[in-house]
Amino acid sequence: MNDMRIVERAVETRNIKISARGVQVHYGDKHALRDVDVDILDNTVTAFIGPSGCGKSTFLRCLNRMNDTVAVAKVSGTILLDGEDIYDRRVDPVQLRAKVGMVFQKPNPFPKSIYDNVAYGPRIHGLTRNKAELDEVVEASLRKAALWNEVKDRLQEGGTGLSGGQQQRLCIARAIATSPEVLLMDEPCSALDPIATAQVEELIDELRASFSVVIVTHSMQQAARVSQRTAFFHLGNLVEYGETGAIFTKPSDPRTESYITGRIG
Amino acid sequence: MTDATAGGMSAGPDRRSASLLTADPLMRRRNAAETRFRLYGVAAIMISLSMLFIMLWTIFSDGVSAFRQTSLTMAVTLDAERLDPQGNRARDDMMKVTTIGYTNLLNDALKSYMEARGIDTGEVSDRELSAFISRDTPAQLRNQVIANPDMLGQTIEVKGFATGRIDGYFKGRVTRETAQVDTNISVAQLELADQMREAGILTVGFNWKFLTNTDASDQRPEAAGLGIAIIGSAYMMLLVAVFVLPIGVAASIYLEEFAPKNRWTDLIEVNISNLAAVPSIVYGILGLAIFINFAKFPQSSPLVGALVLTLMTLPTIIIATRAAIRAVPPSIRDAALGIGASKMQTVFHHVLPLAAPGILTGTILGLASALGETAPLLLIGMVAFVANYPSGPLEGGMLEPATALPVQVYSWASRSDPAFIERSSGAIIVLLAFLLVMNIIAIVLRRRFERRW
Ligand SMILES: Nc1ncnc2c1ncn2[C@@H]1O[C@H](COP(=O)(O)OP(=O)(O)OP(=O)(O)O)[C@@H](O)[C@H]1O
Ligand SMILES: [Mg+2]
Repeated sequence: MNDMRIVERAVETRNIKISARGVQVHYGDKHALRDVDVDILDNTVTAFIGPSGCGKSTFLRCLNRMNDTVAVAKVSGTILLDGEDIYDRRVDPVQLRAKVGMVFQKPNPFPKSIYDNVAYGPRIHGLTRNKAELDEVVEASLRKAALWNEVKDRLQEGGTGLSGGQQQRLCIARAIATSPEVLLMDEPCSALDPIATAQVEELIDELRASFSVVIVTHSMQQAARVSQRTAFFHLGNLVEYGETGAIFTKPSDPRTESYITGRIG
Repeated sequence: MTDATAGGMSAGPDRRSASLLTADPLMRRRNAAETRFRLYGVAAIMISLSMLFIMLWTIFSDGVSAFRQTSLTMAVTLDAERLDPQGNRARDDMMKVTTIGYTNLLNDALKSYMEARGIDTGEVSDRELSAFISRDTPAQLRNQVIANPDMLGQTIEVKGFATGRIDGYFKGRVTRETAQVDTNISVAQLELADQMREAGILTVGFNWKFLTNTDASDQRPEAAGLGIAIIGSAYMMLLVAVFVLPIGVAASIYLEEFAPKNRWTDLIEVNISNLAAVPSIVYGILGLAIFINFAKFPQSSPLVGALVLTLMTLPTIIIATRAAIRAVPPSIRDAALGIGASKMQTVFHHVLPLAAPGILTGTILGLASALGETAPLLLIGMVAFVANYPSGPLEGGMLEPATALPVQVYSWASRSDPAFIERSSGAIIVLLAFLLVMNIIAIVLRRRFERRW
């Protein structure tokens, strides 16, 4: 029975959502990312792991062109989303980011009400036709982000008045409210307690049905729990990429093994 | 093992044995430094507060009296023979009777009014008695009569200003001692003034005309008012705000959020900072050359004044606005861009609302310095003597000659009669009131924008 499911999964994850080839990132003189080749599959959770400062966030930000906003950042190589080069001159990054949503490492809710935080994306993209629909989207997003019960009575209060973990879940709700095709999450659980973490992990697993999710995490257990594929970064290099099970049980690179077992990091 | 490490650090053993109840020498030194620093701070604040207090006190003690004024009330029979010799009530013929005719009428009227009230003028000659009446009164009466000839033949009550010296006597500026050396006033006149005040002929009351009258010539300081200066300053502030806010905010947003960072934008940046330091009189010369000599805008008009002040305040406002925009945390921009907001949407939905309080503060500071600016306005002719009120803002009043409050302060302060000095301080009070109003508007607006979460 169990085996059957794994086989099914392998079949449905075959199509490639994002394909990165030879991605290099320079911050001024600093070579932050070297020659990264990754295929991110549809309906899959991909985990990026690696020691601090190895370039996980940098690579994540390449995938929705958030690095465009960093003046010193230079990205080269190709990244294809559904076969289209997202760094093509004709691509408008604004349109791209509506498809590739992002949850940032540090919670950054707008200094507006909780409701407006979540409703902002649907509003600017014209995803709903009336207030009732918008209310629905807001509620559904907050429920998915496991925040609804805590905030349902104070939707008009400020988003920055929430606790750190609540803010992070608000940011998750805000990101999924625009129903992106790919969701990039940079350490979404670093400020969450175990219960909220479990809820978010559940959410990630649910999201997999409709999106492709990329998650950066410092928790090996989390990577093992939620992801089907794992990429290990070290000092700007992509060291190893493959099935999560394989990476954690029989890593092929000694660096991966030392990191997983806690010897480098 | 632990002992060895503790011994390695010199403070180790001491620290460990020292009691927490007594401060160690280092702690005492640090505390003393902190106390000293606090004292410096308090001293600095006390010095600035006392300076502020002294300044306000001198201004108010000199200037408040400008808002009170002595008036002279008497009954006057408008003798038709004297005011309309032709007897046909024709406007042109009546215009031929100059203010001198009215002055004589008023002088005679005052004399007979005093007799009727039983006040003995004693040593005071007729000439000295007529010196009680402001030169403003006959002019006003003449205008009134010409506008309304039916008044001829009637006996009316005329309330006009008393002259500056008499007014000064009731305000303590003129005393019996100063009168002895003053050729314009005698002790006998002052004694008569006391009697007239008791009889209710001279009264001291709030001086609305100080706020509404036009400026007046050297001979009649009592009639000089701030009306045109207030209108001129109000027009200019309105225009400056209208010009400077959109230009300043648009320029700042462009430079901060959209402009590429290259040599050109660096150059622009340096220039803006330098322009903020250019002496204001230079802007006056620029305004004279461009707006008056080249563009042929009317001289002395609030429009030209506002354009010059706009040029002058723009750099300050751009610098303040850019600082406010830069202070918005970048994570907010990331958040908006990350869910697919365009640059415009990010700026207008998130950055500007957060920067608005700072922008407002900068704008008000800029407007305040524009309000108090004198030098450039002198160059574009706003110091000229303006006798007629400019019309309403919609009827082109901004193109008609006016003056401004600080210019009025300057021109009154340079006149010889001490009555003008009092008015000069009074004008400063009005200027401060203007500033207060602008600050209150800014605070109210800031409250509105500053919805804290
Ligand atoms: N805006 C920037 N300007 C210059 N250098 C940067 C910038 N952002 C990141 N870097 C550098 O790029 C490298 C990779 O940074 P990145 O943020 O991708 O690390 P990370 O793997 O996400 O680390 P962490 O786990 O601590 O979040 C670091 O050495 C960092 O110093
Ligand atoms: Mg990171």
